[in-house]
Amino acid sequence: MAVITYREALNQALREEMSRDDRVFLMGEEVAQYNGAYKVSKGLLDEFGEMRVVDTPITELGFAGVGVGAAMVGLRPIIEFMTWNFAILALDQVVNSAAKMLYMSGGQYPMPMVFRGPNGAALQLSAQHSQAFESWLAHIPGIKVVTPGTPYDAKGLLKAAIRDDNPVIVLEGEMLYNTKGEVPEHEYIVPIGKADLKREGSDCSIITNGKMVLVAMKAADELAKEGIKVDVVDLRTVRPMDVEAIATSVRKTNRAVVLEEGWELAGIGAQVVDYVQRECFDDLDAPVVRVHQEDVPMPYAKGLEKSAKPDLAKTIAAVKKVMYVD
Amino acid sequence: MPPKKKSEQSLGADGATLKELLHSMLLQRRFEEKVGEAYALGKIGGFCHLYIGQEAVSTGIISMLRPDDYVITTYRDHGQALARGMTPRSVMAELFGRIDGCSRGKGGSMHLFDRNVNFLGGHGIVGGHVPIAAGVGFAIKYRGGDQVIVCFMGESVVNTGAFHEALNMAALWKLPCIFVIENNKYGMGTAVERAAAIKDLSRRADAYDGMYAEHVDGQDVMAVRDATARALTYARKEQKPVLLEVRTYRYMGHSMSDAVSGTYRTKAELDEYLKRDPINLLKAKMLDEGIISDDDFAAMEQEIKAVCQDSWDFADASPEPPLESLYEDVLVTTES
Repeated sequence: MAVITYREALNQALREEMSRDDRVFLMGEEVAQYNGAYKVSKGLLDEFGEMRVVDTPITELGFAGVGVGAAMVGLRPIIEFMTWNFAILALDQVVNSAAKMLYMSGGQYPMPMVFRGPNGAALQLSAQHSQAFESWLAHIPGIKVVTPGTPYDAKGLLKAAIRDDNPVIVLEGEMLYNTKGEVPEHEYIVPIGKADLKREGSDCSIITNGKMVLVAMKAADELAKEGIKVDVVDLRTVRPMDVEAIATSVRKTNRAVVLEEGWELAGIGAQVVDYVQRECFDDLDAPVVRVHQEDVPMPYAKGLEKSAKPDLAKTIAAVKKVMYVD
Repeated sequence: MPPKKKSEQSLGADGATLKELLHSMLLQRRFEEKVGEAYALGKIGGFCHLYIGQEAVSTGIISMLRPDDYVITTYRDHGQALARGMTPRSVMAELFGRIDGCSRGKGGSMHLFDRNVNFLGGHGIVGGHVPIAAGVGFAIKYRGGDQVIVCFMGESVVNTGAFHEALNMAALWKLPCIFVIENNKYGMGTAVERAAAIKDLSRRADAYDGMYAEHVDGQDVMAVRDATARALTYARKEQKPVLLEVRTYRYMGHSMSDAVSGTYRTKAELDEYLKRDPINLLKAKMLDEGIISDDDFAAMEQEIKAVCQDSWDFADASPEPPLESLYEDVLVTTES
């Protein structure tokens, strides 16, 4: 199986789906001539032409709305945001238009479209460029939200998102674009709404998603050296959330750590903990512990930034806490 | 076809067309009077923004469109919905929040939709639907079609970022969009002069090379049609976006919770505009030219009143949406 980057996996997904369906087009800042700010759309302009790979002015609200209008009359737009930080400007279109159109039209206007782009912190980009928006977007009924953590999932989930007749938000990890993994050449889809057990263990569940999947896997490796076997549940999709997968894991391990990139209050982790207490109250041997970003805007200085982010050490400490071994 | 009478030529359309225009405007007027009544009785809830006084805009523009063109608008959408051919029954039932409403009781006054007549909705966020219109224009161009999209908006939209972003892209990409500013002078209670740093709103188009613009008297349905004919030439044939400022007036408050006059405008001002009522203006010309008689007009009114009453009775008899429908249409359940 080919080992390729997360970026190349997304590129393959776009290429395959645009070849398969001429209603699919890609629109966003620098997606065409520049080959993509993060090179996800590399080569697509040459292959599909300027009507299907469209550079826009720097105007997130505007081109997100263009996507909504095109979807209303039957095209299948993929709207790329250079980062989700900028996409806040487009939230009116995502929340008030795309997510509501089917419902408020009484089922007449489906929104077969994708909003995608890098999400979360990179390195030393400070407060306005380092935010994880999973919980903001997952809060809204009428959309689906996926957060691929590996190249395999990135390709399969993006393909599923493009084929879905609903608006799907794809939150790509900004720090994941260069990560590598095995991606099959043959056609495959990763179904939206299904979590993935990334690693089997019996002592504690780490429930996580997106960029934090890699941190969880590393933590599992480290903890294995100390004889602690961790189950890593990758949610893959945060709306809808695979409650059954969470419950199955926690019923097996009786302990859970929820690891997420975003802030604590009303975070994805808060929702997971709610599911766990409802579904697995009698199975728990310890209170669930959450690992998340500190409750501050992201600082610039290296040391402060590191201390604000959820990381390997915090994750290991959390697992040890629920295991009562620290 | 018999040769046109001189009088018909002077009014710019044949008798049958003129009667249709009058009928369309009168239907909107009487329908919304019924809506006001139903609102007062608590049969209609939520926000309800009446269009009374602006009927020449919807009728003048939409009467010039083809069935395969698209229309999108704001939360003040009843008039355009009727002008576009949505049935009074489906609109009234939607206002009553019933299952036979055009949006199955999920949208209400501000969210009328009808796929059958390419009516892409009433939208509730000021300016939010303007980029959507640009997107429909983009899709028309993408497919190589020759339809247009007409995007109605109130005059306060011109001050939003969404308006600028959408018009810029429409001009840049040469999209077949006709942006129609219905300048009724007030954005809620704020007069246009207190909100827009320009008096001639059509001049906003000066910022975009290749955009055709004009302003027109919105109380004169024939003038609106003439301007629309020019706009269609630019949008459909020359593939240029158009900005049309139609100067009109709303007789009612911003919404049903707003006084007709007294707080932000005077009764004297309202009375001035009532003298140039779009329905009366057309009716007077048609009477003058002998295209209709007073009896014809009375008969038309009777027929329309019956249609409006029927829409009320129909809406009243239509069931509430079943509670099982609460979770329907949040997402499409079948994959493509």
